[in-house]
Amino acid sequence: MVLLRWRDPFERTALSELNRLQEEMNMLFDRFFGRRSLLSGAGVFPAVNVAEDNDNVYVTAEMPGINPKDIELTVEEDSVVIKGERKLEEEGEGISYHRREREGGSFNRTITLPTRIVAEKASAEVRNGVLTLTLPKAEEAKPKKIEIKVG
Amino acid sequence: MDSKQLQAKDKKELQTKFETTQTSPVFVPAVDIYETDDSLVLLADMPGVSNQGVEIHLEDNELTIRGKVAEEPSGLNPIYTEYRSGDYYRSFTLSNVIDQDKIEALMKNGVLKVVLPKAEAAKPRKIEVKAG
Repeated sequence: MVLLRWRDPFERTALSELNRLQEEMNMLFDRFFGRRSLLSGAGVFPAVNVAEDNDNVYVTAEMPGINPKDIELTVEEDSVVIKGERKLEEEGEGISYHRREREGGSFNRTITLPTRIVAEKASAEVRNGVLTLTLPKAEEAKPKKIEIKVG
Repeated sequence: MDSKQLQAKDKKELQTKFETTQTSPVFVPAVDIYETDDSLVLLADMPGVSNQGVEIHLEDNELTIRGKVAEEPSGLNPIYTEYRSGDYYRSFTLSNVIDQDKIEALMKNGVLKVVLPKAEAAKPRKIEVKAG
């Protein structure tokens, strides 16, 4: 006689259901703590980080392989437009690709700034494929210390 | 412009069973690898990495590239964050025999280019078919 271990047909599905639930919980936590997708909206290139100190607003974007000459920046008092094209090195004759993961193409993105800035004094720099825009805040947007009068 | 619109993509984080000692993320760079008659060429997107931050290692047909990101100026107050910066790491098993002494690497605009010349023995040869 052959003894077979009896299997509950529901055991597996219940387990996979539990796995699915766990996966969903992980995703929720990851998203909450910013571990998964940080990109808001449609994923328009380039992804940007915006930061500030007392005097300036800083916009940075990773733009590897883009010639600074191919980037066009337009700065207004409340927005920045980053426009251009990523041209990949043209492939020559007689080469064969093992992997192609990098992409080329054009981009055009408008970023709304959190405060008003002085567009005339804006500056930009590209270093190691990272674009940094330094945008001086308008006088009225700068934080001010308020003295407390002693009555 | 007639070229296609470029999409922003999340950087792929390195998944290993080993934990790193530092808490900053390590990313897997997007690469292009192509082969010419004489060499194997690798292009890797590693924004934020300078010439000094690149490390290339080849041992037993295993090519490893590592990129260290220059320190970011701190003291800034982030308003919104769409990408994170961190180091880069990726390794490949090469099927070609490479002439180790002639490997050339160049970092430009955040893209690493590595030219790995094939060893003489590995270069393709045309074989003539003799007419019988």
